[in-house]
Amino acid sequence: MRVSVQEAPFDLGAEANRFAAGDTGSGAIVTFTGVVRDLAQGNLDVMEIEHYPGMTEKAIEAIADEARQRWSLADVLVIHRHGRLSPGDRIMMVATAARHRKDAFEAAEFLMDYLKSRAPFWKKEITGKGGEWVAAKDEDEAALDRW
Amino acid sequence: MDVLYFAWVRERIGIPKEKVETEAATVADLVSELVAREERYAAAFADLSALRVALDQELSGFDAPLSGVREVAFFPPMTGG
Repeated sequence: MRVSVQEAPFDLGAEANRFAAGDTGSGAIVTFTGVVRDLAQGNLDVMEIEHYPGMTEKAIEAIADEARQRWSLADVLVIHRHGRLSPGDRIMMVATAARHRKDAFEAAEFLMDYLKSRAPFWKKEITGKGGEWVAAKDEDEAALDRW
Repeated sequence: MDVLYFAWVRERIGIPKEKVETEAATVADLVSELVAREERYAAAFADLSALRVALDQELSGFDAPLSGVREVAFFPPMTGG
Protein backbone atom coordinates (compact mmCIF):
# COMPACT_ATOMS: atom_id res chain seq x y z
CA MET A 1 0.00 0.00 0.00
CA ARG A 2 1.27 3.46 -0.83
CA VAL A 3 -0.27 6.82 0.00
CA SER A 4 1.28 9.99 -1.37
CA VAL A 5 0.04 13.53 -0.72
CA GLN A 6 2.13 15.74 -2.96
CA GLU A 7 2.29 19.08 -4.72
CA ALA A 8 4.16 17.75 -7.76
CA PRO A 9 2.41 16.24 -10.77
CA PHE A 10 2.49 12.47 -11.13
CA ASP A 11 3.05 10.30 -14.21
CA LEU A 12 -0.11 8.21 -14.55
CA GLY A 13 1.50 5.69 -16.91
CA ALA A 14 4.60 5.21 -14.79
CA GLU A 15 2.55 4.87 -11.61
CA ALA A 16 0.19 2.36 -13.22
CA ASN A 17 3.12 0.34 -14.58
CA ARG A 18 4.93 0.29 -11.25
CA PHE A 19 1.77 -0.59 -9.31
CA ALA A 20 1.51 -4.31 -8.60
CA ALA A 21 4.44 -4.96 -10.99
CA GLY A 22 5.57 -8.56 -10.56
CA ASP A 23 2.35 -9.50 -8.77
CA THR A 24 1.20 -12.49 -10.79
CA GLY A 25 -1.61 -13.34 -8.35
CA SER A 26 -3.76 -10.34 -9.23
CA GLY A 27 -5.94 -10.74 -12.29
CA ALA A 28 -7.47 -7.28 -12.01
CA ILE A 29 -6.03 -3.79 -11.66
CA VAL A 30 -8.39 -0.82 -11.59
CA THR A 31 -7.11 2.75 -11.85
CA PHE A 32 -9.16 5.90 -11.42
CA THR A 33 -7.88 9.39 -12.23
CA GLY A 34 -9.45 12.64 -11.03
CA VAL A 35 -9.00 15.67 -13.31
CA VAL A 36 -9.54 19.40 -12.63
CA ARG A 37 -12.80 20.33 -14.34
CA ASP A 38 -13.66 23.83 -15.48
CA LEU A 39 -16.91 24.23 -13.54
CA ALA A 40 -16.73 28.00 -14.01
CA GLN A 41 -17.61 27.58 -17.71
CA GLY A 42 -14.37 28.52 -19.40
CA ASN A 43 -13.34 30.98 -16.73
CA LEU A 44 -11.44 28.78 -14.32
CA ASP A 45 -7.81 29.94 -14.12
CA VAL A 46 -6.58 27.95 -11.16
CA MET A 47 -7.86 25.34 -8.72
CA GLU A 48 -6.22 25.73 -5.33
CA ILE A 49 -6.25 22.64 -3.16
CA GLU A 50 -5.61 23.12 0.53
CA HIS A 51 -5.11 20.22 2.92
CA TYR A 52 -4.34 19.41 6.54
CA PRO A 53 -0.77 18.04 6.62
CA GLY A 54 -0.55 15.09 8.96
CA MET A 55 -4.27 14.41 9.17
CA THR A 56 -4.53 14.00 5.39
CA GLU A 57 -2.08 11.10 5.27
CA LYS A 58 -3.62 9.45 8.34
CA ALA A 59 -7.17 9.80 7.01
CA ILE A 60 -6.27 8.31 3.62
CA GLU A 61 -4.37 5.44 5.24
CA ALA A 62 -7.39 4.69 7.44
CA ILE A 63 -9.68 4.68 4.39
CA ALA A 64 -7.28 2.39 2.51
CA ASP A 65 -7.03 0.06 5.53
CA GLU A 66 -10.81 -0.11 5.67
CA ALA A 67 -10.93 -1.01 1.96
CA ARG A 68 -8.40 -3.80 2.52
CA GLN A 69 -10.56 -5.20 5.31
CA ARG A 70 -13.72 -5.15 3.22
CA TRP A 71 -12.35 -6.50 -0.05
CA SER A 72 -9.71 -9.01 -0.97
CA LEU A 73 -6.99 -6.70 -2.29
CA ALA A 74 -3.36 -7.40 -3.11
CA ASP A 75 -2.41 -3.72 -3.14
CA VAL A 76 -3.74 -0.16 -2.95
CA LEU A 77 -2.24 3.11 -4.24
CA VAL A 78 -3.56 6.60 -3.54
CA ILE A 79 -1.89 9.77 -4.87
CA HIS A 80 -3.55 13.14 -4.16
CA ARG A 81 -2.11 16.51 -5.09
CA HIS A 82 -2.43 19.86 -3.36
CA GLY A 83 -1.43 23.40 -4.29
CA ARG A 84 -2.28 25.27 -7.50
CA LEU A 85 -3.62 23.21 -10.40
CA SER A 86 -4.93 24.18 -13.84
CA PRO A 87 -7.98 22.84 -15.73
CA GLY A 88 -7.12 19.47 -17.22
CA ASP A 89 -4.46 18.72 -14.61
CA ARG A 90 -4.69 15.39 -12.85
CA ILE A 91 -5.57 15.92 -9.20
CA MET A 92 -5.42 12.40 -7.91
CA MET A 93 -5.36 8.72 -8.69
CA VAL A 94 -6.43 5.52 -7.01
CA ALA A 95 -5.32 2.04 -8.01
CA THR A 96 -6.44 -1.31 -6.63
CA ALA A 97 -5.14 -4.78 -7.40
CA ALA A 98 -7.16 -7.90 -6.68
CA ARG A 99 -7.52 -11.49 -7.76
CA HIS A 100 -10.97 -10.66 -9.23
CA ARG A 101 -12.26 -7.48 -10.86
CA LYS A 102 -15.33 -7.09 -8.62
CA ASP A 103 -13.12 -6.50 -5.58
CA ALA A 104 -10.86 -4.12 -7.51
CA PHE A 105 -13.77 -2.04 -8.91
CA GLU A 106 -15.78 -1.88 -5.71
CA ALA A 107 -12.76 -1.02 -3.56
CA ALA A 108 -11.77 1.76 -6.00
CA GLU A 109 -15.27 3.24 -5.81
CA PHE A 110 -15.29 2.99 -2.02
CA LEU A 111 -11.91 4.75 -1.87
CA MET A 112 -13.17 7.54 -4.14
CA ASP A 113 -16.39 8.05 -2.17
CA TYR A 114 -14.52 8.29 1.12
CA LEU A 115 -11.65 10.41 -0.21
CA LYS A 116 -14.20 12.93 -1.44
CA SER A 117 -15.75 13.70 1.91
CA ARG A 118 -13.50 12.19 4.62
CA ALA A 119 -10.00 13.24 3.56
CA PRO A 120 -9.21 16.82 4.63
CA PHE A 121 -8.88 18.60 1.29
CA TRP A 122 -10.62 21.82 0.27
CA LYS A 123 -10.88 23.14 -3.27
CA LYS A 124 -11.00 26.79 -4.24
CA GLU A 125 -11.78 27.92 -7.78
CA ILE A 126 -9.95 31.03 -8.89
CA THR A 127 -11.48 32.94 -11.81
CA GLY A 128 -11.16 36.48 -13.11
CA LYS A 129 -13.88 37.42 -10.62
CA GLY A 130 -11.99 36.13 -7.61
CA GLY A 131 -11.92 32.96 -5.59
CA GLU A 132 -14.75 30.70 -4.46
CA TRP A 133 -14.57 27.65 -2.20
CA VAL A 134 -16.19 24.57 -3.70
CA ALA A 135 -19.10 23.52 -1.48
CA ALA A 136 -19.51 19.90 -0.44
CA LYS A 137 -22.53 18.26 -2.06
CA ASP A 138 -25.25 16.39 -0.19
CA GLU A 139 -24.95 13.60 -2.74
CA ASP A 140 -21.28 13.11 -1.81
CA GLU A 141 -22.26 12.54 1.82
CA ALA A 142 -25.15 10.31 0.74
CA ALA A 143 -22.75 8.23 -1.39
CA LEU A 144 -21.18 6.92 1.82
CA ASP A 145 -24.45 5.30 2.90
CA ARG A 146 -24.23 2.59 0.28
CA TRP A 147 -21.13 1.17 1.95
CA MET B 1 -3.62 23.87 22.82
CA ASP B 2 -3.05 24.51 19.14
CA VAL B 3 -6.14 25.60 17.22
CA LEU B 4 -6.00 25.32 13.42
CA TYR B 5 -8.29 26.77 10.78
CA PHE B 6 -8.64 25.70 7.17
CA ALA B 7 -10.26 26.97 3.95
CA TRP B 8 -12.86 29.74 4.45
CA VAL B 9 -12.70 29.35 8.23
CA ARG B 10 -9.00 30.32 8.02
CA GLU B 11 -9.85 33.23 5.73
CA ARG B 12 -12.61 34.59 7.98
CA ILE B 13 -10.51 34.35 11.13
CA GLY B 14 -7.44 35.61 9.30
CA ILE B 15 -4.85 33.16 10.65
CA PRO B 16 -4.09 29.49 9.99
CA LYS B 17 -3.11 28.58 13.55
CA GLU B 18 -2.93 29.95 17.09
CA LYS B 19 -2.21 28.84 20.62
CA VAL B 20 -5.23 29.07 22.90
CA GLU B 21 -5.15 28.85 26.70
CA THR B 22 -8.52 27.46 27.71
CA GLU B 23 -10.32 25.52 30.40
CA ALA B 24 -13.15 24.68 27.98
CA ALA B 25 -14.59 21.24 28.69
CA THR B 26 -15.93 20.56 25.20
CA VAL B 27 -15.44 21.75 21.63
CA ALA B 28 -18.70 23.69 21.88
CA ASP B 29 -17.40 25.50 25.00
CA LEU B 30 -14.20 26.40 23.14
CA VAL B 31 -16.26 27.75 20.23
CA SER B 32 -18.28 29.91 22.67
CA GLU B 33 -15.06 31.34 24.11
CA LEU B 34 -13.69 32.14 20.66
CA VAL B 35 -16.97 33.68 19.47
CA ALA B 36 -17.01 35.97 22.53
CA ARG B 37 -13.54 37.29 21.65
CA GLU B 38 -14.03 39.11 18.36
CA GLU B 39 -16.43 39.56 15.47
CA ARG B 40 -14.24 37.58 13.04
CA TYR B 41 -14.67 34.47 15.19
CA ALA B 42 -18.41 35.05 15.44
CA ALA B 43 -18.50 35.28 11.63
CA ALA B 44 -16.56 32.06 11.19
CA PHE B 45 -18.61 30.09 13.72
CA ALA B 46 -22.03 31.55 12.86
CA ASP B 47 -23.37 28.22 11.56
CA LEU B 48 -21.86 25.14 13.21
CA SER B 49 -23.77 22.83 10.86
CA ALA B 50 -21.49 24.18 8.08
CA LEU B 51 -18.37 23.24 10.05
CA ARG B 52 -16.43 20.13 10.95
CA VAL B 53 -13.97 19.63 13.78
CA ALA B 54 -11.00 17.32 14.23
CA LEU B 55 -9.37 16.56 17.60
CA ASP B 56 -5.73 15.47 17.32
CA GLN B 57 -6.36 14.89 13.61
CA GLU B 58 -9.42 12.64 14.06
CA LEU B 59 -12.87 13.83 12.96
CA SER B 60 -15.00 14.49 16.01
CA GLY B 61 -18.14 16.25 17.18
CA PHE B 62 -18.86 19.60 18.82
CA ASP B 63 -19.98 17.89 22.02
CA ALA B 64 -16.68 16.00 22.37
CA PRO B 65 -14.57 16.57 25.51
CA LEU B 66 -11.26 18.43 25.16
CA SER B 67 -9.35 16.87 28.05
CA GLY B 68 -5.96 15.66 26.87
CA VAL B 69 -6.44 17.13 23.39
CA ARG B 70 -3.42 18.97 21.97
CA GLU B 71 -4.67 20.02 18.55
CA VAL B 72 -8.13 21.21 17.51
CA ALA B 73 -8.92 22.00 13.87
CA PHE B 74 -12.00 23.70 12.42
CA PHE B 75 -12.87 23.50 8.74
CA PRO B 76 -15.76 23.28 6.27
CA PRO B 77 -16.96 19.92 4.90
CA MET B 78 -14.17 18.36 2.90
CA THR B 79 -14.02 18.41 -0.89
CA GLY B 80 -11.32 15.97 -1.93
CA GLY B 81 -11.14 13.61 -4.86
